[in-house]
Parts: sequence; C-alpha cells; structure tokens
Amino acid sequence: MKTPIYFDYSATTPVDERVAKKMCDCLTIDGNFGNPASSSHEFGWKAEEAVEEARKQVADLINANPKEIIFTSGATESDNLAIKGVAHFYKKKGKHIVTAKTEHKAVLDTCRQLEREGFEVTYLDPEPNGLIDLDKFKDALRDDTILVSIMHVNNEIGVIQDIQAIGEITRERKILFHVDAAQSAGKVPIDMDELKVDLMSFSAHKIYGPKGIGALYVGRKPRVRLEAQMHGGGHERGMRSGTLATHQIVGMGEAFRLAKEEMAADNERIRMLRDRLLKGLSDIEETYINGDLEQRVPHNLNISFNFVEGESLIMALKELAVSSGSACTSASLEPSYVLRALGRNDELAHSSIRFSLGRFTTEEEIDFAIEKIHDNIGKLRELSPLWEMFKEGIDLNTIEWNAH
Amino acid sequence: MAYSDKVIDHYENPRNVGSMDKDEENVGTGMVGAPACGDVMRLQIKVTDDGVIEDAKFKTYGCGSAIASSSLLTEWVKGKTLDEAAAIKNTAIAEELELPPVKIHCSVLAEDAIKAAIDDYKSKK
Repeated sequence: MKTPIYFDYSATTPVDERVAKKMCDCLTIDGNFGNPASSSHEFGWKAEEAVEEARKQVADLINANPKEIIFTSGATESDNLAIKGVAHFYKKKGKHIVTAKTEHKAVLDTCRQLEREGFEVTYLDPEPNGLIDLDKFKDALRDDTILVSIMHVNNEIGVIQDIQAIGEITRERKILFHVDAAQSAGKVPIDMDELKVDLMSFSAHKIYGPKGIGALYVGRKPRVRLEAQMHGGGHERGMRSGTLATHQIVGMGEAFRLAKEEMAADNERIRMLRDRLLKGLSDIEETYINGDLEQRVPHNLNISFNFVEGESLIMALKELAVSSGSACTSASLEPSYVLRALGRNDELAHSSIRFSLGRFTTEEEIDFAIEKIHDNIGKLRELSPLWEMFKEGIDLNTIEWNAH
Repeated sequence: MAYSDKVIDHYENPRNVGSMDKDEENVGTGMVGAPACGDVMRLQIKVTDDGVIEDAKFKTYGCGSAIASSSLLTEWVKGKTLDEAAAIKNTAIAEELELPPVKIHCSVLAEDAIKAAIDDYKSKK
C-alpha cells in the first residue's frame, strides 16, 4: 500500500488508464490530431467523428440526445453559461433567480455577478440535513422567476437533492431549471427523459476523465435559449465558440462510457467501503455526520470530530489525503459556508473532515485510515483545552470567549 | 500548505502539554481565542515568590501553527521573570517558526495568552 492514500475523489479523480490511452491517440502526427472544424479534409473529418462519438457517450450516460450536449472547459464554465446565458436571454421575461446557499461557488458567484447587473436572487437555506424543503422552495418562486439552479449532489456533504420533484414544480410554472451535476454524474443514475431539467452541468475530471473539459446539457424539448458567453467561430451551435479539444472530449466521452458500464458495481463496492469506514469510526465519542446519511452518495463521508480542529487533524493524518471544512486550510478565516448553512455551529464546522472515496479505494486503505484517525483524535484531544473542559462537564456555550 | 520543520517538530512533539490547578495562588492562567474562530489557547504559568516563571503548561485547540506557537512559548517563558515574559513579541514567535502571513494570528494569540496568564497571576496577588 502506497501512502499518502487518496481520499479526496470529490476534489478530483485520477484519469482512468483506459481514458488516458484514448486521449493519447488524439495528439501526435500519427494520431487523430485534426481540427474537428476542418471540413475540407480527412484529418478534420476523423476528428469530428471522434468528437461526435464522445458527444454520444456523454449523452448516453444521462439518456439524452447528443444534440443536447455542448462541450465547455468544465463545470464552472457550464454553470456560468447556463445561468448567465439564461438570465441574459430571458431578462425581459423576469429578473428573479432561485438557488441555494449550499451551491458550489461557480453557481453562487455567478449569481452574485447577476445581482450586480440588476437581477434579484433568492438563496434558499437547506434543512439541517442539507436537503431543500420543497414547500419552502415553492414559496420562494415568484411570477418573475426565470431560473432555478439547484445542484444534484453536494460537493462537501454528498447529499442528493430531489431534482425530480423540483423539476415537476419548475416545469409546471414554466421556469427554467439548471442542475449542477458535477458531483452526481457517474454516481447517481440520471435519465433526462424522466427529469424535467432544462440545463445540466458536467465535469469530466470528477469521474476519471481529464481536467479542463466539461459539458452543458441544453434541453431541446422544451427548447432552451442561451446567450453565448464566449464568442468566435460559432462552434457548438453558437453557444460556445472555440476550437474543440479533441483529446479532452474523447477522454470525457470514454470516462462517461466507463461510468455507465461500471457505475452500479463501483457504487456497491464504494458503499461497502464507506460503511466500513463509518463503522470503524463509530466508537469515537463526539463525532457528527454532516448531511443526510440516506439521501447521499456513498462516495462521501463528512464528519466533525468535536473539540479537534480540522487543520491540525489533517496535519496529523499526513498519510491520508483528505480535505477539511475548516477555514484554516484556506486563506479566508471563515469555516465552510456549506456546513454553516446547515446550521452547524462554527466549532463543528472547524472540526470537519471530508473523506471521499472512489474507484481505486481499497479495503486495506480504509482499515489503515481508521487506525490513523483513532490514534490522532486521541492525541489531539489530549492537547485540546476544549476536550478537557467537556470532560469536566463544562458547557462551552456558557463561557465568554474573546473572539478575535 | 507547507509547514516549516520547526512547526512540524513542535506539532509532533509538543513541549509542556498539560494542566495546572488554576485555583492555586502561584499559578496564572490565560485562555484566549474562541472555538468559533478555530483556535483556543490555554497557557498556565507557575511563578516563584521572586517573580520567576518556574514552569509552564499549555493546551491548544487549533491548527498546527497555533499548537506550535504555544508549545514554543512555554519553552521560552520558563526561567524568565514576569517582565521578561511579558516582553515577548508575536513577531519573534512568527520568525522562529517561519509562519506564513495567514498564520501570523497564531503567534498573536500566543502573545495574548502569556499576557493574560501574567495578568491572572498578578490579579491574585
């Protein structure tokens, strides 16, 4: 077993060897290097063929029509294109957008920008388990609401939103519905025939494809119009100009093809590993699972170890590559906005660790992690004045802290 | 974020971890920071009758740099007079541990902790 062990699959995944091989075939003089837009010779035709094959593979995973897939540079660009594209195109119809406080920054910061342009945005508070309450959601809709953007699976806590039910509500009210599916594609079955979703963002590098490539599903029935954000050669039906990156697209296509084939088996194995990790940690006192445990992808386990600060735990767990909701890991001093939106207090937000598992996680790695966590939680709690006070029965909320 | 070797050393082998009886007359306790901010430091000193710090103990909830700052401080204050200990500046701690700019607040907290411990001791006299 090699260390450090990778437990950060929600941040990115390694490219699957089978994907890398396909990508390498599209680069050099002997490979499929042509510009897919070159319609005057075979190099271009072959590249175009490869791109269209990949487009079909992406569409197949979500049971969509390949014509509904637009390639972008990643989920961030897809989110931007969907939200700004709709807002700008439909601004005469209305200026109100509904999203949630636990969305990815690519959605939240895009909405902030639209607010500066004069749009009005409602940011919904999720329930303490991370899920959106449908009644509260309905109440947030207005006559001038043009767009709803709700993510499918949350990147920090892995909870799955009921996009089927949300789609029923938005479609009935003729409001466009965008879903950020960066964390759900390849983990949760998605059927665009069933879902009333108008726009959906995808990323390749979260499911063993390369970084730098993503896609936006733009529904055709009913037809969704977008104002392009990138202008140029009119690629991707005018919605996203720029030479198509054949090797990236082919990599994404292969990754999505493999996801479709292996998702069920992968999920079953990963769920078993996640349960093993959860069971192994269950005897540690004062631990809290963040986010609903049932409505959740098995790949994610986000736990707060009370009275232990997240960054120091990450430092102790140097053989495990995990991430933390503590502010200290980033330049900002605010702890995870997602955990705070769940109503978790700052202490628990600072004490959270996200384990994300994936295709290459093994049982041996899980057992090693359980042992390391046990050792280090004990050590850090011995160091923690808060733990000592807790053990003495002091209620930490009664103390007047001098916050800085 | 990469840590300096000194931070890692103090983090992995923290010096003078522990507690003293805060009600004892020759013990001064300083607790600074807040759980909500992600760090709480508790520094305790035992002072001789002629005003010399003979022992120091700490417990810290916080990142590696906060733990290292308080561990280092306990080493530094031992054997110092109260006035000498009160004169320790956060910049000296930051420099010794090679703290990056985002971690300077950890050294500030350590300076606040020793000042608070000295004040607590003096208030008992």
